[in-house]
Amino acid sequence: MSGVFSPTRAKIDKRTLRTDKWWLEPLLTFSVLISFVIYATFRAFENDNYFVKDSHLISPFYSPCLSEACEPGATILGFTPVSAQIFNFALSPALIILIFPLGFRMTCYYYRKAYYRSFWLSPPACGVAEPHEKYTGETRFPLLFQNAHRWFFYAGLVLNVILTYDAVIAFRNAEGEWGHMSVGSIVLTVSAAMLWLYSLSCHTCRHTIGGRLKHFSKHPVRYKLWSKISVLNAKHQQFAWYSLIAVAFADIYVRQVATGAWTNFYFF
Amino acid sequence: MARNVKLRIWRGDSKDGGLKDVTVEANEGEVVLDVIHRVQATQMGDLAVRWNCKAGKCGSCSMEINGKPRLACMTQVASFGDDETITVTPLRAFPVIKDLVTDVSFNYKKAMEVPAYEHPKNLAPGEARMEQIDVERSQEFRKCIECFLCQDVCHVVRDHEENKKSFAGPRFFIRIAELDMHPLDMLKNRKKTAQEEHGLGMCNITKCCTEVCPEHIKITDNAIIPMKERVADIKYDPVRWLGTKIRKREGL
Amino acid sequence: MTLERHKYDVLVIGAGGAGLRAAVEAREAGLRVAIICKSLFGKAHTVMAEGGAAASMGNVNDKDSWKVHFRDTMRGGKFLSHYRMAELHAKEAPDRIWELETWGALFDRTKEGKISQRNFGGHEYPRLAHVGDRTGLELIRTMQQKIVALQQKDGRETGDMESGIKVFAELTITDILKENGKIAGAYGYWRESGEEVLFEAPAVVIATGGVGKTFKITSNSWEGTGDGHALALKAGANLVDMEFLQFHPTGMVWPPSVRGILVTESVRGEGGVLTNNLGERFMFKYIPDVFKDKYADNEAEADRWYEDQDNNRRPPELLPRDEVARAINTEVKSGRGTEHGGVFLDVSKRIPAEVIKKRLPSMWHQFYELAGVDITKEAMEVGPTCHYIMGGVEVEPDNAAAVGVPGLFAAGEVAGGMHGSNRLGGNSLSDLLVFGRRAGMGAIDYLKKNGANPVSDASIAKAKAKIQAPFDRQGGENSYSLHAELQEITHNLVGIIRTGSELKEAIEKIAEIRKRSANVAVSGGRVFNPGFHLAFDLDNMLLVAESTAKSAITREESRGGHTRDDFPEMDTKWRQINLISSFDGEKVNIREQALPTYPQELFDLFDIHELEKYMTPEETSKGGTK
Repeated sequence: MSGVFSPTRAKIDKRTLRTDKWWLEPLLTFSVLISFVIYATFRAFENDNYFVKDSHLISPFYSPCLSEACEPGATILGFTPVSAQIFNFALSPALIILIFPLGFRMTCYYYRKAYYRSFWLSPPACGVAEPHEKYTGETRFPLLFQNAHRWFFYAGLVLNVILTYDAVIAFRNAEGEWGHMSVGSIVLTVSAAMLWLYSLSCHTCRHTIGGRLKHFSKHPVRYKLWSKISVLNAKHQQFAWYSLIAVAFADIYVRQVATGAWTNFYFF
Repeated sequence: MARNVKLRIWRGDSKDGGLKDVTVEANEGEVVLDVIHRVQATQMGDLAVRWNCKAGKCGSCSMEINGKPRLACMTQVASFGDDETITVTPLRAFPVIKDLVTDVSFNYKKAMEVPAYEHPKNLAPGEARMEQIDVERSQEFRKCIECFLCQDVCHVVRDHEENKKSFAGPRFFIRIAELDMHPLDMLKNRKKTAQEEHGLGMCNITKCCTEVCPEHIKITDNAIIPMKERVADIKYDPVRWLGTKIRKREGL
Repeated sequence: MTLERHKYDVLVIGAGGAGLRAAVEAREAGLRVAIICKSLFGKAHTVMAEGGAAASMGNVNDKDSWKVHFRDTMRGGKFLSHYRMAELHAKEAPDRIWELETWGALFDRTKEGKISQRNFGGHEYPRLAHVGDRTGLELIRTMQQKIVALQQKDGRETGDMESGIKVFAELTITDILKENGKIAGAYGYWRESGEEVLFEAPAVVIATGGVGKTFKITSNSWEGTGDGHALALKAGANLVDMEFLQFHPTGMVWPPSVRGILVTESVRGEGGVLTNNLGERFMFKYIPDVFKDKYADNEAEADRWYEDQDNNRRPPELLPRDEVARAINTEVKSGRGTEHGGVFLDVSKRIPAEVIKKRLPSMWHQFYELAGVDITKEAMEVGPTCHYIMGGVEVEPDNAAAVGVPGLFAAGEVAGGMHGSNRLGGNSLSDLLVFGRRAGMGAIDYLKKNGANPVSDASIAKAKAKIQAPFDRQGGENSYSLHAELQEITHNLVGIIRTGSELKEAIEKIAEIRKRSANVAVSGGRVFNPGFHLAFDLDNMLLVAESTAKSAITREESRGGHTRDDFPEMDTKWRQINLISSFDGEKVNIREQALPTYPQELFDLFDIHELEKYMTPEETSKGGTK
């Protein structure tokens, strides 16, 4: 027997003596994350209903749309470097880019905590013995790969720019005239804003901006920025959830409008 | 305004032991350590418990209360319901000696493995100049009272005895971070050894250390993750690695 | 079973600031050192020190110098301090603080990047190097880590990190052993297992701290049981001026379970104000004549002082601790106290909430978590708590050698003389460093002339029998209840305000408990048995209490940490006298001993009119020794 049941430890036959509802948080995390994964997988392969031409709305799951198969107008200035088919499979444009936001979140320091706890039960909660016999942490493949977080962070910044561009161009009417606002343009704006907050509050961002310095006093500007980022960083967990929900909702919204189920209401 | 509280205290030694029920009086404002002392003075004269300052400053009375690692001197009896039984056990990550006292020598051994601070050779006593903003990060970690609750709760060693060899634990990650961020420390390679010798990579940042810290040190966000990022700088980031070779950048 | 034996050059009993500093000094000179702690390594009472360490570095006000610090210390101690100790302390404190920095300590900084210094009671200039309000923790951790650094160095050289310096944690020393009139070692037991240990070492440094647990309301932890005082007495050393106990003016008073826990003086240093239940800022009424020219007598001036210290006198809240403690005691006794028998201490009206949390983080924490009080919004309730004993082992100032016992040294709170009748806040941490180092130096010098001094079997047998005794008794006294009785007696009869008749009663009652304590029986086994541990602590506390009570009844005046209702005035004649306790194996005996006169150059540091308040006309006209 290992862990809390090791021969030298106090003889207590329970895995935990916690009396509170410690299982609630991992259960909720698991439910929300698994729902998102299922939905995102379905959407990534759907290869349809991601663009609303009249309202200039594109789903964040499909932007930037880089495939030759992209719906006309959904691309950025017609830039389509990827062929529509690979080995006779029709390649969904979502699959080309989804690796980046997915990788960013998979390697994110907050999500790591969330899924190690709720999926891996390593540990399920503090002071609750985990079921695994062995544990090596992030020292070997594949989890050593978590150290690539920064590369996904940079990619995420590029995506944030593109999604911001998507939100901006949604402030047009069907005729392409500027200065109009619909529910869709707000949804995309909120989603982009949340993504920015999520990226900027990220631990890698905090490190890059100033955390890696030894002497703040020699870099007053970076110290100031680091202080600001540190405030955001304390809320990284919240931004992780807000942005996840905002992006999912943006995709749902675009899909509903694209299928005709909902009408994109214009305020002006 | 005294009331009776039901306690369930683990009693035993390294060979055997179990939970024993006692009822004891508790007065207004008392903490769990107070009622344990009352049990000791009135019912169990040889009940072993470690404590010193009874003010949350020394970190001696670490134990597990209703399954959570806590300081008994900072846990109010009133925070439990009137009918609730308060279960008190020794720390479950360390070998038990007797009753609520465990053998925490693991931590002192690990403390000896972290290379000490190295002062600049040419800087005589009294000549050091450091800006407040440069010492603040390390000062947060020096608040540590060495209660070892973080070491106790960390599943890397709590659930895997065999990892104790290769894993320093959260308390010593903040020590390493403190030194790596110390404006004057001259020792090189703290990042490298953090990863290769002290087991930083074993941590999967599930944050229980931060949750239990009685000093509210942001162990994970301010020490472990920044150290992981610093390690990534030198080990897993070819661009930065190249940069350091070319420009001899600060902080590495 | 064979007895566990260790041989060392130097044995340091006590792992607080003084003990660790002594150990560092001895090890750096190449000696093999053992450090004994009664609790875990790094938990010693030094961690409780909050405000700071006094050292005249002059980083905040460059008018400061060792001379000013020396004057403040002498004044604070009402001119009863040993001048040489106060002089060494004032001169060496800055070096000791700077040295900590080279070991990795991180003090709060000034704008120029120097060590920041704060105001404190009795100190003329901002003088206390600090880290928020957890300076003691910084000190002990720094030295703990310095010990580890030395161990790592030994490890690199010998392959064994513990070859030169080893920490024995959770070990109680029950006897200091002498052979042929000189120190030979010490005997004790592991608290964890109850197993006995013999240390053979020709030099022993006692650095065991204080005696607070003798009293009911105290800021001290369970360790403050006067072990070193008692061990030294029994080994033939003297204690000096044991009647002087410092009651810190501000301990917590509510809820009962935290009664006595310290509220740092920095609260007042940062602008905290004391008021009674009428809302009156009462300290203005209690400025003694000798301090009239240094302390503001009106609120306006006191408030201005925080901004402009050169042109205003200090607020009376920052009077030396004995004055403030007595003032609070009087207010409460006169019915102007709070509901729970304290007075109000308020910072919330003067300082913004964020600043309070930054400057006094652990105070905020302590009140919020233990008393449910948010000090950024409401006042604290505070009252006097037994904090520190000025009296202690009589030592030679330069090398901390215990008078009368070759090979024995004492430093820190357990040593007497440095603080006279009252210690200034902040002088304790610097005392630890200065005299801890000097005790180490003393041991080094002693060992140059004295080699190993083997312990005889007879001494071992005697020490062994003493430890076994309480287990062999059946149905005797309970050590917990005897301890509680003792605390009741000291609290009521040897407390802040004393009278001859009560002291007489106390002496009789203490003797009575001592008789009963010889019959203490212990239930349970030897493994980590607190009842067993207390039996030995109790013995020490009784000896200390006896010494304090007997000194107190002898000194017929009021001075610093000794206030006699029947002799309320300070008496210049008594200033010339130290009271020396010694132990004859049965009881403590007190004798008077003359204080040394000051050398001329120290005498000249004072205004003659100030000295006239403390000294007899003959003394002032004679001047210092040339």
